[in-house]
Amino acid sequence: MTQAASAAATREAYPYALIELVEQGVDVVAIDADLSVSTMGYQFGEKYPERWYTVGVAEQNMVGIAAGLAACGKTAFIASFAVFLPGRCFDQLRTSVAQPRGGLNVKCVASHGGITVGEDGMSAQAIEDLALATSLVPFDVVVPADFESAKQAIVAVGKTTRPAYVRTGRPKVPAVYGPDYRFELGKATVLRTGTDVTLVACGVMVRAALEAAELLAGEGVSARVLDMATVKPVDRESVIAAARETGAVVTAEEHQTTGGLGTAVARVLAETVPVPMSFVGVDRYGTSGKWDELLTYFDLTPARVAAAAREAISRKR
Amino acid sequence: MPTSLAPVSIDELKAIAKRIRAHIVEMVYEAQSGHPGGSLSAVELGVALYWNHLRVDPANPDDPDRDRFILSKGHATPFYYAVLAERGYFSTELLKGFRKLGSPLQGHPSMKALPGVEMSGGSLGQGLSFAIGHALAGRLEGREFRCWVMLGDGELNEGQVWEAAMAVPHFGLGERVIALVDRNGIQNDGFADQIMRTNPPAMFAGFGWKVIECDGHDMAAVDAALAEAERPDERPRVVVAHTVKGKGVSFMENNPGFHGKAPTREQVELALTEIAEGLA
Repeated sequence: MTQAASAAATREAYPYALIELVEQGVDVVAIDADLSVSTMGYQFGEKYPERWYTVGVAEQNMVGIAAGLAACGKTAFIASFAVFLPGRCFDQLRTSVAQPRGGLNVKCVASHGGITVGEDGMSAQAIEDLALATSLVPFDVVVPADFESAKQAIVAVGKTTRPAYVRTGRPKVPAVYGPDYRFELGKATVLRTGTDVTLVACGVMVRAALEAAELLAGEGVSARVLDMATVKPVDRESVIAAARETGAVVTAEEHQTTGGLGTAVARVLAETVPVPMSFVGVDRYGTSGKWDELLTYFDLTPARVAAAAREAISRKR
Repeated sequence: MPTSLAPVSIDELKAIAKRIRAHIVEMVYEAQSGHPGGSLSAVELGVALYWNHLRVDPANPDDPDRDRFILSKGHATPFYYAVLAERGYFSTELLKGFRKLGSPLQGHPSMKALPGVEMSGGSLGQGLSFAIGHALAGRLEGREFRCWVMLGDGELNEGQVWEAAMAVPHFGLGERVIALVDRNGIQNDGFADQIMRTNPPAMFAGFGWKVIECDGHDMAAVDAALAEAERPDERPRVVVAHTVKGKGVSFMENNPGFHGKAPTREQVELALTEIAEGLA
């Protein structure tokens, strides 16, 4: 990984995206729950103090207030850690946000997603948030891979009137995208073409999938790589094309293999083009450690993704 | 939007309350389900509020300057729908569809499914937070409306209520958010003092609110309490109305069995007679 100079955490994109939305005329109001120094929401508050509130350690109240603001026409953003948002306030998201009038205009931006939150240990490591968020009927759910993708994704959901959940991460990660990148809600990005297998990833696992494709290429295996940043609605066309054209699919996510990206992709293929699949994720609770150490501890590595690809390919008929 | 209402006489309010009570009993009977007890206890609060204090125009239910009434105790839909219908938001004919397939009158309120329904409910403890959001938006936009939030006393068990209760004074929203507690002393499983003892006046006072207590079935007292709640103060105001669950129907009064149960036809006839005779 040689792009350390451009490394930035996806969570750092949040205030930039909010400021951009306001500058584009979106009537943003943002709320934090005593974690704004970590979600970076405070930076938006410094720029637009009249548009930013902090409610103390009270995620349920935060969701309700956001729903009220949205009911009055505001685009309400709320931020916390992915273990607390949606975990601590799921019922409020369901009753006060998802159900009224087909879904109120509330955007959750949950930082510190997945196990790369690191040293804080298992209680802080969200591996259920995508399952919860995707289960809320009108919600869009996005897991960006780098700073630029996160910024554009937050801007994109900010321009819809639907509720949304965007998961960002704590550690600084290398850039995946250059200046020409354009995020499109609901569309996968083909990062590498290939014919033998497709690696579908989101978030920090996009980088791992790209490196896995390199490993596979050394063995003569041609792997396509899709950044499926939008987990819901998943890009059905890209998934179907991948199955038709490569015949095997691996999903990779920093989340349980149930209820997240793997489930979404498998559902599309079960209905359309069933092909051998393998699922890379985290199906156990964790421990403390540095974020990159934890990626190895949980086996969220390029080697594991490559092994999953070989395994899926071996089941082709 | 009217900023003051021509006062409706106490006698007239009492007559409206009788009609509301009759609707409640008939709706729950017709649906053979629903929550009569906590609906009957809230009638005077709701009638005094909707006819004498809430600045609304039922013909223009989405006016951004309207006062909001937010039913946090969402199971009290028989009361809520009956009040909205009698106040002119929709036809009383619709009340017959309560809880039935195809009717917008769901068992718990669905926001905007009907004119005047401000919030989706049914999961307790969420109304005060929702009101804060409205109030903050109102202040940002320079609007003067107030949010009146009705809570049950069993609902005060929910922690979110207190997250919101501390936020109202913190955000300086006392002129924009007014809480009403229907203190009927009974919750789903039984008497509140046995299920989870609370002291609503002391609890709200501890969170920095001005507490106004009244007999929740003395219409003049309720009307006066709501007027006092409207008067500016450095603290936000909560009206704790001491009420009787099932008020106005002898066999439902103070009977935990009628929190969420429908009467029989014979019971309905007795109830309607008692309501007409003004037991309440």
